[in-house]
Amino acid sequence: MKNNRTISSYLLISPYLLHVLVFVLFPVGFSLFLSFHEWNIIGPMKYVGTANYEKLFQDQYFIKSLRNTLVFLMIHIPLQIIIALGLAVILNEKLWFRAFFRGAFFMPVVVSGVVVTILWQQLYGFEMGSINTFLMWLGFEKVGWLIDPVWAMPSIAIMATWKNVGLYVILFLVGLQSVPKSLYEASELEGATRWQQFWHITLPVINPTVIMVMILSTIGGFSLFIEPYVMTGGGPLNSTLSSVLYIYKQGFFYYHMGYAATLGLVLALIILMVVFIQRLVIERKPT
Amino acid sequence: MRKTILYILLGLFAFAFLYPFIWMISASLSEERSIAHVTLWPVAFSFNHYIKLFQSIPIARSLFNSIFVASLVTFGVLVFSSMVGYALARHRFRGRNLIFYFLLFTMTLPFQLTLIPNYILMVEFGWTNSFAALIIPGLLNAFAIILFRQHFLSIPQDLIDAARIDGCNEFRILFQVLWPVSVPTLITVGIITFMTIWNDVLWPIIVIREENLMTMPQLVTLFAVGGRSLGQIGMKLASATLLALPIIIAYLIFQKHFIQSMAASGQKE
Repeated sequence: MKNNRTISSYLLISPYLLHVLVFVLFPVGFSLFLSFHEWNIIGPMKYVGTANYEKLFQDQYFIKSLRNTLVFLMIHIPLQIIIALGLAVILNEKLWFRAFFRGAFFMPVVVSGVVVTILWQQLYGFEMGSINTFLMWLGFEKVGWLIDPVWAMPSIAIMATWKNVGLYVILFLVGLQSVPKSLYEASELEGATRWQQFWHITLPVINPTVIMVMILSTIGGFSLFIEPYVMTGGGPLNSTLSSVLYIYKQGFFYYHMGYAATLGLVLALIILMVVFIQRLVIERKPT
Repeated sequence: MRKTILYILLGLFAFAFLYPFIWMISASLSEERSIAHVTLWPVAFSFNHYIKLFQSIPIARSLFNSIFVASLVTFGVLVFSSMVGYALARHRFRGRNLIFYFLLFTMTLPFQLTLIPNYILMVEFGWTNSFAALIIPGLLNAFAIILFRQHFLSIPQDLIDAARIDGCNEFRILFQVLWPVSVPTLITVGIITFMTIWNDVLWPIIVIREENLMTMPQLVTLFAVGGRSLGQIGMKLASATLLALPIIIAYLIFQKHFIQSMAASGQKE
């Protein structure tokens, strides 16, 4: 009986063991192996020592792609947190039609990124896009959203915020609802203003959510692919070249499998490091 | 007064989130030369873009492919992940904690790490240009296992013991006793998995090159990027509308489930 159950335990987890061996452990090891080789997938593999790594650290395009990611994150993260938190605080009040608003903000979250990208490419159009038409109606100049190298990456960051912010509104709402009502009542008796309440009661409680939003947004920023692929092809002047798009180009345009694997490996390490540092810095800060 | 301001703010944001969708549908139903004049309603209404779209790319076929692939993967994830989650939650065996911590570790690995080697694996297996490449690597995922494990930890031991006394084996316990009392978790994992697979583009682009095997987001992406849609804004928007429609309809019907499930998926960090 006992023995039988042990056997079934291993039977139950066997699909996982097989899956993780084939699609996680082997690829990680193989990726390390590949990074010391040059291979176009058809011909023979050639050992090149650390040449791929040396190339990577001087690769203008890779460095550019990291810089582009930084630009993206500097705009995307603050926008995302401010808008999501703001909307969540409003939706936490006793208002009519809350479910409708929540549902509306969430709509872009469920739709495929391809849809959002194709749609915003038109909205961002220079001559006839809705956004420029609106700006001109307000009396502003037209902006070269996707054709100006300064604006292209911020444009993608704004679009990504529009796409994702609904999810974070929900997460913040969950956080806000966990703040005990009695704390507000007590502080009100002591004469605290709404702003003081927000700063001293609400924020500390939802701090974990803020950290989560930052980390998820960071991982999202390093995973950008479809947006530049469809909207700009990485241009203008490589200003929207993302790291994943660059890996894709190295791997599937030029068939530099060894180099593409090296890029993936180093990028993964960078992501893990950035997330780790974010955790250290924010979690230590007392609020 | 204060509430009025909040309503105006919410209204403006709701407009900003909904207007692009309305514009997209209206523009896709307008003549090409009139798209610049579209604000809310179609100008010079016509179905031309949709008719031309069905004539130029196998979009109906891609819809079927997407449904087929996403359904099979979702079913696989539910079966396999609940198996592993059950063992990790309710069984005692050597290496259980090790496997659990390993699972947590693999969840943090960025996909960029395994993208290239997994593609090479597909080439070696001869799975490129086949549904196997779209389905098999997705059949299990760490996050689903953890959700199931967490859920199964909360089930009373009596239920499992009673089934064992009745002579059920562990698989029957899982699928016939535990599944029926786990519907919310099944829905959550199901929606997250289905959405992730349905919306994935990068992996299909890498492993599928044959038009008849493409998933819908992939086909629409390649259509939008390739030369065939050049100067055909209406057709591009029609393809995007068709891609968005099934999910939007499902979302409008099951809104609550969608929001709860996706909120749960956000908790993974």
